[in-house]
Amino acid sequence: MIQVKKLVKRFGLKTILRGLDFSVAQGEFVALLGPNGAGKTTFLRILASLSRPSLGEVRIAGHRLPHDAAQVRAKLGVVSHMPLLYPDLTAEENLQFYARMYGIDGMDARITEVLDLVGLERRRKDLVRAFSRGMQQRLAIGRAVIHNPEVMLFDEPYTGLDQDASEMLDEVLRSVAAKGRTVVMTSHDLVRAEELATRFDILSRGVITASAARADLKQTNLLSFYKQSLES
Amino acid sequence: MQPRPIGLKILDVVTIIVLAISAYLALFFAPTEKVMGEVQRVFYFHIGTAWVGLLGFVIAAIAGIAYLVSKNMLWDRFEVAAVEVSTVFFFITIVLGSIWARPAWNTWWTWDPRLTTAAITELIYIAYFMLRQGIEEPEKRARFGAVYTLLGGISAPITFMVIRLFRTIHPVVIGSANGTQEKMSMSGDMKIAFFFALFAFTVIFVDMIWHRLRLSALEEKVESLKLNASM
Amino acid sequence: MNKSTPSLWKATFAIVRKDLAAEFRSFELVSAMLVFSLLVIIIFNFALELDIKVREAANAGILWTTFAFAGTLGLNRSMSVEKDRGCMDGLLLAPVDRSAIYFGKALSNLAFMFIVEAIVIPMYSMLYNVNLFRIDLLVVILLGSIGYAAVGTLLAAMSVQTRMREVLLPILLFPVAIPVLLAAVKCSSGLLAGDPFSDILTPFNLLLVYDIIFIAIAFMTFDFVVEE
Repeated sequence: MIQVKKLVKRFGLKTILRGLDFSVAQGEFVALLGPNGAGKTTFLRILASLSRPSLGEVRIAGHRLPHDAAQVRAKLGVVSHMPLLYPDLTAEENLQFYARMYGIDGMDARITEVLDLVGLERRRKDLVRAFSRGMQQRLAIGRAVIHNPEVMLFDEPYTGLDQDASEMLDEVLRSVAAKGRTVVMTSHDLVRAEELATRFDILSRGVITASAARADLKQTNLLSFYKQSLES
Repeated sequence: MQPRPIGLKILDVVTIIVLAISAYLALFFAPTEKVMGEVQRVFYFHIGTAWVGLLGFVIAAIAGIAYLVSKNMLWDRFEVAAVEVSTVFFFITIVLGSIWARPAWNTWWTWDPRLTTAAITELIYIAYFMLRQGIEEPEKRARFGAVYTLLGGISAPITFMVIRLFRTIHPVVIGSANGTQEKMSMSGDMKIAFFFALFAFTVIFVDMIWHRLRLSALEEKVESLKLNASM
Repeated sequence: MNKSTPSLWKATFAIVRKDLAAEFRSFELVSAMLVFSLLVIIIFNFALELDIKVREAANAGILWTTFAFAGTLGLNRSMSVEKDRGCMDGLLLAPVDRSAIYFGKALSNLAFMFIVEAIVIPMYSMLYNVNLFRIDLLVVILLGSIGYAAVGTLLAAMSVQTRMREVLLPILLFPVAIPVLLAAVKCSSGLLAGDPFSDILTPFNLLLVYDIIFIAIAFMTFDFVVEE
């Protein structure tokens, strides 16, 4: 579903990604782990078509980036640590806006469906301004799946959430990921990553240094795998 | 530190020579203007600096477009060099114009179209530097800079046309003057000094752009050395 | 559920609709612009000691200065809303042409300017006993605002991405918007002085030319301002 070959991203003289290779099969849930400044967000922004690669090849669902950005965008749902919602609009109006931007027919039915999914049906007519951080983040997920994307990208979705809100988000993320969707999530929260992901990739100094499937991690735990990968 | 390339060394010497000749022509060779007297002699350098000032802004706008099309950082350096050098020359133009205006129009400044446009153009390029200053990322800086030089390069002539709707007292040097404006008439020797000043300042302009481009390259080298040292 | 990439106009109007809906809920932007406009008019009144003779010559200038200042306020705010919560990324993630984002934001900004103008103009007419409700004058105000919002939207998208943010917008915008403001002032003062339309044809044409050129440039360069 996602193929990345020899991806390089430079900002001026600084090289953030140094020939990164990465691929994800359909239905996989990959957690992208790594220390701050390793290039996780930069990488995800490139996958999201928000940033252009300096060199290398990026293909999502068969389309090349940045060339076929429009086709990729239609198949992509992105949740970042910012909610990307308008505080002066209600939950419904926010979703209506994004539904229009994705050209969705039968908007109302879809919005009801999505609000159900993220457990906010009762808050449909409430202003996003009044929402807690956790509710905003759940609505943000609703926004990201409004067009039923095949590929989802989560960039540190747990930032600023307390324990309860995180657990609720777990459920929503799991149900979103369940429908055969391909997911890439960056996180430095190993506990959350371990709960959700089917594969763990370590990104360090601009390249993927290690990768392990959930099954391979049975004996060792994720933390020691993470530490080993960073040391080597 | 790399030594200056030989071409640049030669150009430096040529620059000094043509500037000296141009100064001689303007100050001694050209006859004293009948009406204005000696102060008219600033006119040669005034025109010289104004010419390269405008040339630089046009070049900057073209370099901006070239950058947006090619995304080659070389064009960005070229654009910065052109704007920087031109901003200084244009400032000199305005100062020289004021020196001339004091005895001629009995005021340092007047809200004439050329003067006002010159002042606004100068402000556009000061804004340009402030814009660049506020952006860390080199590519973004280059993109925004290119878009802004383009906007500035197009709005400046429109500004001039609009302000001209209010009347002007600035002498017309080249082209026809309408009835209310004075037309400067030049004798043969004046023309020599005039055209040589245009030539001299073009040479100076090229020389300075070259130096500025070299400076940018060196700056970049220092940056990358720093970056490698910190790794 | 069916989906198809929305057309340029559908996406543009979705953005305008969203901006207006948010604004009609809070009235934050328009009320700030309005109060600011009134303050500018009051300050001018005392700063210029507006007796009847001076005022007649100065009306057009005061009006446009007011619109320009209030305009920057609105432009800044409307772009900060997108930037602060990452909503700009939300817009960029949608499978729509970037020009839809530009036109959407420019039209919303224009709408905010119109709302403010629609209140300031009658108020000004009342305060200074001058009739501003003339179709030709309104056309000039329309054209002037279009040019100002066209460049302003592009430059606001740039300035919110810099370190100085809001402070930078007027510095960037005023020098390049001078032609549209001056042409608008020239037209307006001509009309208010009772000159026939043929007398203001030159500034009027310049106003039109500016609008067309700058909409075209902003449309072509907006991509470079939002892409990364």
